[in-house]
Amino acid sequence: MSLKARIIPCLDVKDGRVVKGVQFLDLIDAGDPVESAKAYDAAGADELCFLDITASHENRGTILDVVRRTAENCFMPVTVGGGVRAVEDVRALMLAGADKVSINTAAVKDRAIVGRAAEKFGAQAIVVAIDAKKVSGANEADRWEIFTHGGRNPTGLDAIQYAREVADLGAGEILLTSMDRDGTKAGFDLALTRAISEAVTIPVVASGGVGTLDHLVEGISIGKASAVLAASIFHFGTFTIGEAKRHMARAGIPMRLDGLQP
Amino acid sequence: MRIALIDYGAGNLHSCSKALERALAAENRAGEVIIGADPDVIASADRIVLPGDGAFKDCRDELGAVDGLEAALHEAVRVKARPFLGICVGMQLLADIGEERGETKGLGWIPGRVVALDPAERHLKVPHMGWNTLEARGSHPILDGIPFGEQALHAYFLHSYHLIPEHAGDLLAVAEYGGPVSAIIGRENIVGTQFHPEKSQLLGLKLLRNFLSWTP
Repeated sequence: MSLKARIIPCLDVKDGRVVKGVQFLDLIDAGDPVESAKAYDAAGADELCFLDITASHENRGTILDVVRRTAENCFMPVTVGGGVRAVEDVRALMLAGADKVSINTAAVKDRAIVGRAAEKFGAQAIVVAIDAKKVSGANEADRWEIFTHGGRNPTGLDAIQYAREVADLGAGEILLTSMDRDGTKAGFDLALTRAISEAVTIPVVASGGVGTLDHLVEGISIGKASAVLAASIFHFGTFTIGEAKRHMARAGIPMRLDGLQP
Repeated sequence: MRIALIDYGAGNLHSCSKALERALAAENRAGEVIIGADPDVIASADRIVLPGDGAFKDCRDELGAVDGLEAALHEAVRVKARPFLGICVGMQLLADIGEERGETKGLGWIPGRVVALDPAERHLKVPHMGWNTLEARGSHPILDGIPFGEQALHAYFLHSYHLIPEHAGDLLAVAEYGGPVSAIIGRENIVGTQFHPEKSQLLGLKLLRNFLSWTP
């Protein structure tokens, strides 16, 4: 008996439609995020993450409808992130049916939003997303800095210190993305993942760089993360959720295998 | 069967409502889930479900702020003994006292306190977040057909506090997380789960079906 490691597929949603959605099944509408969510629910994913990348402010309400329809159709926990600027945004997403809401740039700009949101909705509902890049040179001790805007804007904030700070303010989880590894399929930045996981007492979700099933294993066994997030390896059908879970279980990681598809 | 799902501004109503509808269908029962806080709805319900997500104090304040809600719940659950299910903070609110962000008085239906999780092993993270198995502490119709032990199904937890009942007999199941974590409590016509049955797929559906067919 123990808590299991989690596998979390992540869907990018723009104007209420999935960008790079599920390609491995003949969905009636592969652009409908709810169809993709249902497919992952049936496949045995442990949670689902929606990242809202809608640019215009007018269309931001579209994600609420997506979350509402997903909560009505899926019996799995859902985290929603992207564009969360104020506690009111958190409330709207929670009322629509999100189980957790992830805050990124808004927390970098004003750390206090983390405390206010956690006080209102409980620490368990508040995720802080951290995008970090290695900034130390070859002969220096490892150092990572927080970047915003998809890794373009440096903030001068030390990633480990920032993680500790948001955890103290009441964040319930950290979604940690290595901007060096994101999209590379070269595996997680394990040194970064481990450094953050060991620096805080809240769960850490490793993200950025998954290309193989062993990468998922390493995120937990070496990176000490509580969960692993991946997008393309699942969306494009390189591996199924079931294959990933069984592979991790064989590697000795406690996994939930209830009702898995073959 | 009329199921009142209490809306007081805290709780995942969409997921709970759909999960209850699915349980009704699986049990082959005619019925409806009515979302609301109207005293008439509560008075005429055959089953009452109180969800809850968030901080104890905040949920308690929201519950108290809905005109006539507490009195209606008291009448239906404590006086008329209608079967009641509390979920997550909706279960924690049944305790005498919650310790999250200062001491707050609960409804006092289950003698006990809601205290912070404090796992014995230092590497275990808080919140207790994710899928864990359960271990039965007693027998109760709500546990019927739920596999424990080697073949155990998993329940989805998302919390930093749990209810420690004063009477050990009120604790029906625990999860192991650096010590026992209260997972299901029950007393008379009241049951409560710390985990989210509406998010717990197979186990959750079975538990909700048990709740619908339970005659305390």
